[in-house]
This record gives sequence, structure tokens and C-alpha cells, in this order.
Amino acid sequence: MVQPYLNLREKTAARDRSLREKVMSLEAAASLVGDGNHVALGGCTLSRTPMAMIRTLIREKKKNLKISRSIVSTEGDLLYVSGVSQHIMTSWFSQGIVWGISKVMRHYTETKQARFEEWSHMSIGLRFRAGAMGIPFMPTRSMLGSGVAGQLPDVEELDCPYTGERLMLLPALNPDVALIHVQRCDAYGNAQIDGLQFMDADIAMAANRVILTTERIVSNDQIRRAPDQTKIPFFTVDAVIEVPYGSAPHECYGMYEPFFVHLDQYAELIRKDPVIGATEYLERYYYGPESWSEYLGLLGISNMLDATRRGRSIYDD
Amino acid sequence: MIERSGYTASELLAVMSARLLMDGQCVFAGVGIPLLAATLAQRLHGPGLTILFEGGVLGPFVVPGELPPSTNEQRCTKRANMLLSITDVLLLLQRGYVDVGFMGGAQIDQYGNLNSSFIGDPDAPAIRLPGTGGGNDISSLTQMIVAMKHEKRRFVEKVDFVTSPGYLEGTTHRRDSGLVSGGMYRVVTDLAILAFDGVTKRMKVETLHPGVTAEQVRDNTGFDIWIDPEAKTTEPPSANELAVLNELDPDRLYTA
Repeated sequence: MVQPYLNLREKTAARDRSLREKVMSLEAAASLVGDGNHVALGGCTLSRTPMAMIRTLIREKKKNLKISRSIVSTEGDLLYVSGVSQHIMTSWFSQGIVWGISKVMRHYTETKQARFEEWSHMSIGLRFRAGAMGIPFMPTRSMLGSGVAGQLPDVEELDCPYTGERLMLLPALNPDVALIHVQRCDAYGNAQIDGLQFMDADIAMAANRVILTTERIVSNDQIRRAPDQTKIPFFTVDAVIEVPYGSAPHECYGMYEPFFVHLDQYAELIRKDPVIGATEYLERYYYGPESWSEYLGLLGISNMLDATRRGRSIYDD
Repeated sequence: MIERSGYTASELLAVMSARLLMDGQCVFAGVGIPLLAATLAQRLHGPGLTILFEGGVLGPFVVPGELPPSTNEQRCTKRANMLLSITDVLLLLQRGYVDVGFMGGAQIDQYGNLNSSFIGDPDAPAIRLPGTGGGNDISSLTQMIVAMKHEKRRFVEKVDFVTSPGYLEGTTHRRDSGLVSGGMYRVVTDLAILAFDGVTKRMKVETLHPGVTAEQVRDNTGFDIWIDPEAKTTEPPSANELAVLNELDPDRLYTA
């Protein structure tokens, strides 16, 4: 569960942490993800989901990935149905409250074809933070006494050596790979994130490899003009891919909101039959179109403009 | 069924919940009725009510007609005082800056334990529900208000699974488990406002909503609930409360 500290340090020491360009294609970046890897996803629910990279891993037919994310939405359905993952660790798993419970999640977990390992939201965050801090666990006052903790073999309780108070210990999480989508970064991987930050900075620090997709690649000079905006440092990053609308049909803060018409259509497909519906969706949007721009073409220009207009409006007064 | 004129069960829930939130408080709100009720309270009587969302938002004013599909989209950040990471906003609960947590629930029991994980046996569930989200953290670390529809299948003697702890098995069991702060404060339903006995920590009726009888509450509750024979009746939603609510959620996203 928790790796010995020196193993973690050795993996970090072995990485090329120099200031070097890492721009590559989605397909080249996919080679950084091995079958059986623990893959952490940045963003949360419908926000800054690294969709372009997830789509690439599905197209490349990766196997047995263990996925972790703060909250999982439609991408979790697709990871199950495509066979890429049979094990998702998260605090909440469904498309979004307005669409009801995910029928795909229900089908796969209730028939025991896949596992949804449930942790509290803060516990997942503290696990990534412990991983980012290079410590083996984080104490918390949450999850005590609940069924959630009761289902988890890897949590421990401890009486605090200072106060005698009961604490829950959460094991550090150092994912093999993190997939994170941001508004902008430079070719080295210095990433600036606007708006909601979610758990992304901790995930990047905790992971042993980071694949960064970005709406725009900007110059290093531009990054240096506002270094306080940089949330992920370049030396944690192994690949940079410029993918406009890289979270579609989910949102990217300040740039586009969720593609609601498309998400309603997805929900309708799933409502009829979770497996057939999601398979149909994968055929049409994931396996059919060769490139990301072809995929965006299928989402449609009017959906894209509508999402963009709404997305930019966050900066209106 | 209960006869209501001029408002739906969801609207009643939102209005009654909003009334429990005081100006100046810090409230950690979940999506749906809690978000709506907290936003309603800001506009009715609590301009100084600080809302926190688990997406990492501190002190926003959500725009009418632009309710978010979860508390993790940019719509939640309008006019916020601060955006921070998920982990950091949740840690504000642990540090003690939050007065009240506020969320919905699929199933609740007599001690205020909430289940949003499994209906039936957790090892072979009839329904796998979406899970805790921040619910477990909020209910572990602060005083809670819960808003939910009052139905027998939702108000059960013992929940199938404790996702978010209330008073666990009652009396001092919550504190004995290490949860030394917080606990259930009120449950707001479309029939009544419920509180918890100071010693046994069992749920009891505090007030009944207009037109609701004690018998109707008993019929819709899956355990023996104590109802004060002197229990007062809550004031019905006012025209103004309903008008502001309608302005906030014109598409009936949360109040269908």
C-alpha cells in the first residue's frame, strides 16, 4: 500500500528533472502509462477532466488501470465499459446530480465486474497530500466510526501520542502516473491553473510521472511574468500536449462550461441500456474519429460555441 | 398524500431549510436543495451568510438561473471571496471554522446516520448509490442540517450503511468513536422539522409543517418517533420566499 520512503526517493532521483522541452503527441504520452498502473486523474466531476488523454488510453486499449480521482463522472463509465479499468477509487461516482445515479456504475459494481472503492472526499485529498509530502500517512479526524472506513482495509486508527485523542490514519498515495488538464503551461511543463484548483497540485507532486494536457502552450517568458500563477512545477511533469478543448464535453474554468446538450444525449443513451448505450457512445466518439479535432467536430460547432460563451462569462461582472 | 397549495415538497424543503441558516454563519453546503436553500437564505435574510462548497469555494453568490450540476463547476465560484483546493476547503471543517454543514440524503435512521452508499447488503447491494463525496467529512466534523423528503423507505430504524455519521448508535457513541465535535442538529423534511434528544440522541419532531398531522409523520417514518403533543406548526412559505426561490431556480433543476 505505502511504499518505503527510499523507493519513492529512488524513483524521483531517476527522473530527468532538467529544464527541458516535453511537448509530444497524445499517443506518445500514452506510452508513459503501463498496464496495471495506478493512474490519478486531475480535476473534479465535470471540471478539467483530462478527457483527451483518457480517450487516448481507451483507444490504445490499456488494461487493468487502477484509477483514482476526487469525484468521478462520465469518464468513469467509459473507463469501465471500455475494459481499461475495473477498479476506481473515488468519493462519488455518477454523471452529476441532475442526471441521477450512473447506471453504468451500478451495472458494473452490482454485478461485481468492477470495483468502486469509496473514500471520503477529504481522505482522498489527504492521501494525495501525504504522497506529495513524502510521508507515509496523514492523520485525520474524519471517517471515524463510519461504514466507509469499515470497508477499507488500508486505514488504521491511532490514539494520538500527544493528546490521547482518536485519529484515523490515511495511507499516502503516490500514483504511478497523473493525468492533469490545465488552461496553460510552457513547453517545460510549468502549469498555470485558473479558478478551481481541486487536488491537482498535490496529485502532481505525489505522482511518479505526470502527463499534462493544456488548452494552450505559452512561452516560458510568459510563465516567468506571473510565477505566482504557476501551480505545478516543470520538474514533476514528463509530457506536455497541447489539446484545445481537452476536457470536452466537461468544462475548463473560464474557457468553456460543460457541453450540456451532449451530456443530456449521453445520459439518454445510458438510460436506455448502460452497456449498449456506453458501447455505442465509445464507437461513435472514441473509436470512430481518429483525431481529437475530429472528435470535437462530432460534438458540434453549436455545442462548442454555446459552452464557450458560457465558459467565458465567468469573467463578466 | 399531503395537500399543499401554492408550493411543491421541494420548495417547502428549500424554504424551511433556508430559515434555519442565520446571517453571519459559515455554512458548508452540498449540491441540490442545500445549495439552493443557502443561496435563498443569502437573499432573504442573510447577506452575510458565508457559503463554502467542497469544490474549493469560499463565500460565493451563485447567480439566479445558473445553478451548477455539482459544487465543482465554475458557476459555484461567482463573486466568491476565495478559491482554494478541495483538500484545503474541507480542512476548514476540521479546523473548526464552519458553523453548520448542510446536505441531502438518500436514507437516514433514528440517530441521524445517513446512507448514500448502498441500498441493501453492502456486499451484495440492491442499489449501489454514488457515495459520500464530502458528506462523511462534513458530518464527521461539524454540526449538520439535512434536508430530505419524508418517506418511510428513507426514514429507517437502522441505515443499511453509515456513509455519514450522525450519532451512530445513540447516547455517547459518536463521541466514543472519536468524533468529538459536530453531530446532527436538524433534519428538515416536507412534513416536519426534526431535532435530536439531548441524551438518547434519537430523532424527534420539533415542529410540524402546515396541514401536517402527527399521524402523517408516524405513517411516513420507519421507526417509532417521539412527537411532542404541543409541537407547534411552522409558518407556511411566504409569497416572497417562493418568488425569490423561483427566481433562483426557474428551470426547476433542484425543485422539480
